[in-house]
Amino acid sequence: MGQLSALQRRFEGNDGQRRLIGLIMLVAAFVMSVPFPALGQESDQGVRVRLQYQDAESGENVPAVGVVFSVTQEDGTPVGDGATDDNGEFFLAVESAGRFNLTIDPTTLPAGVTLRDPERATLTVTVDAGRAASALFGLQSGEGGAGADESDTLRRVLQLTTEGIKLGLFLAMGAIGLSLIFGTTGLVNFAHAEMITWGMFIVFLVEGFAEGIGLLPDQKLLTIALGALAALVVGGATGWLMNRFVFAPLRRKGTPLISQMVVTIGFGILARYVILYFFGGSSRFFKSVSGQSAISIGVVDITPSDLIAVILSIVVLVIVGLLLQRTRIGRAMRAVSDNRDLAESSGIDVQRVISQVWSAGGALAALGGLFLAQADQVLWEGGFRVLLLIFAGVTLGGLGTAYGALVGCLLIGLGVQLSTLFIPIELKNVGALLVMAVVLLIRPQGILGRKERIG
Amino acid sequence: MTVPILAAIDWAQIVQLTVSSAIGVEAMVFAMAAIGLNIHFGYTGLLNFGHVGFMAMGGYGVGIAIVTWQLNPYLAILIGVVFALVLALILGVPTLRLRADYLAIVTIAASEVIRIMARSTTLRGLTRGAEGLNEFAGEYYSLSPFKQNLYEWGPFFFTGNNLFIVIIGWILVILLAVMVWQLMRSPWGRVLKAIREDEDAARALGKNAYWYKMQSLMLGGAIGGMAGMLQVIAKSTVQPDTFVPVITFFIWTVLILGGVGRVWSPIVGSMIFWGLLALMENLLRQFVAEGWIPPSLMDSNQVGIFRFILVGLGLIALMTFRPQGIFGSREEMALDAR
Repeated sequence: MGQLSALQRRFEGNDGQRRLIGLIMLVAAFVMSVPFPALGQESDQGVRVRLQYQDAESGENVPAVGVVFSVTQEDGTPVGDGATDDNGEFFLAVESAGRFNLTIDPTTLPAGVTLRDPERATLTVTVDAGRAASALFGLQSGEGGAGADESDTLRRVLQLTTEGIKLGLFLAMGAIGLSLIFGTTGLVNFAHAEMITWGMFIVFLVEGFAEGIGLLPDQKLLTIALGALAALVVGGATGWLMNRFVFAPLRRKGTPLISQMVVTIGFGILARYVILYFFGGSSRFFKSVSGQSAISIGVVDITPSDLIAVILSIVVLVIVGLLLQRTRIGRAMRAVSDNRDLAESSGIDVQRVISQVWSAGGALAALGGLFLAQADQVLWEGGFRVLLLIFAGVTLGGLGTAYGALVGCLLIGLGVQLSTLFIPIELKNVGALLVMAVVLLIRPQGILGRKERIG
Repeated sequence: MTVPILAAIDWAQIVQLTVSSAIGVEAMVFAMAAIGLNIHFGYTGLLNFGHVGFMAMGGYGVGIAIVTWQLNPYLAILIGVVFALVLALILGVPTLRLRADYLAIVTIAASEVIRIMARSTTLRGLTRGAEGLNEFAGEYYSLSPFKQNLYEWGPFFFTGNNLFIVIIGWILVILLAVMVWQLMRSPWGRVLKAIREDEDAARALGKNAYWYKMQSLMLGGAIGGMAGMLQVIAKSTVQPDTFVPVITFFIWTVLILGGVGRVWSPIVGSMIFWGLLALMENLLRQFVAEGWIPPSLMDSNQVGIFRFILVGLGLIALMTFRPQGIFGSREEMALDAR
């Protein structure tokens, strides 16, 4: 009861929080007032292909441009043809739903790129009314590693290590918040994926705004910096709001953790499909960073925006570490994570700490979303696609520990990328998830976790 | 203003589509899957977030056995069940000794692993990748007493094959529900419920909680696998991307809507869930078609997406305001992670 009135007092009597709400509203108004290009989607009944291949040298996914496709009805009646655009995408609208044969012209593939399975140059897809049907053509570049000599292998290992560290750092941005929320409240937040996706779309919206006011084609750096700032602020506010209006009331009511977990799932589905509703299902790319060519550092190739994102994520993670280690807020967070009752009885305001953890988690997740999307794509299920990797990282490092989340995610990132040396690229995430199962079998508390948590 | 709109709606069509959906293939498949999930979560307290993985195993078991291995279709059903049981064993061994959250994470991960593997080119010899396995259910339909034409009762109509699978499916659902009812009244079922309420107490009474939980996981998983089989037989195709994680949470919504830990709740929950979805969808489609909802706000593509938004909202609202669903009791839903 005392805690409750303290909460109310703090909420009613705190100028800082009132200012924060004002700021959020300002940002919201600012975002709403912008006319966005290409919001919503036209009807896209047709056949869709997104063609990309992993470059043998850089390991980057590269869109295959200018590849010619022809589409026929199942009985062979031609429907049309066309070529992939700069994003490696080909789309042909069809008049009626049904089954279509889609044939790729292998001679138009970029030099050195071949079909992984030459017999699958024609695929059959079923187009449902009002929907686009996708077809998947597997491409490979280079000799497929068969003729590679030793220095090439070493180069590839180094490149994949870089990619792995990059992925691990980006995953860790989301994982730390997830782990701290679990540590302080015991809740596994399945909606964390959508906080990551939200970060992607915040930046996408900022880019739309920048384009609207004429900032974009020229001021790329400024645009993306504004985007990052917006992701931090709006993401943090989102986390704060979720705790304030959803999970704090549920905790106060004594709602069991499993029920709260189901609520996070409901939230995840809601947010994911609201984003799909408004932005459509096609993948987008940040205009301010797309089309960069990789630069070589030693033997490793990396795009400038990836490099900046890696450096920024290291800086942010170091700052988070220092905050956790050195400041009162950070020490309180760790104390609540370690032993909530003890922390509360030594005078720490647990609800306030939880609120701070949600805000920080939201901000970090949104920034992680920006980093992930600049390296890959902006997609309505972008966060959900990495959620399982983040879970794997957090489990591997030890649920509830911030440093464990970082270590675990780095290992998962490295594992995912380096495993492509031995297994097909399409299965790389499977390896990471199997690692998680093995860890649970032999050391369920994870690398840095403590035994009593697994109960 | 509202009255002419209400009058202009084609209510006969709406009712027909709603009722057809509430008794159709999807409602039947989800009712059966929810019976399996109810054994896991409702009676044993196992937090299974990857139920769609069991459905995929059952569906692929049948498809692979018939198309790839060219086996007898009745043996194929057995193989589907075995596939689901194997998945339950693999999942249970590392996680059933741990807390509920771990089972949740591992099960959702496992269901994605299955989907990714099934659509991979590596296993294409077995599963035919993203295209999936097609046209294998003919043998089952040769048992059907119904002809190929449409069967109509007033506004309702089914094709012969559809009618056959729906009738067989609902009979199975009811048999399974009766089986669960009897099982949960037995000493075995009481041990499961004891584990749900207090695992340590059950263990203190000398019950091997781990083994009981494993049996529960296997039984519920096998029923989930049967649901997957019915689904792929009804469509005569098994494709990896029908087994996405969001399906698991549809099943959860069905179960929570009916009431967790109640025998009939999966059936009633599934009928209401699919009936409501069809009602909302078709009402919205008419609104959009008649121009009552401006196209800038919602087009016909977005109606389909809107269903998922409703499911998300429904899950949040149910858990917040009525966690016991229609039939459940609030005390029994006051479970905590263990």
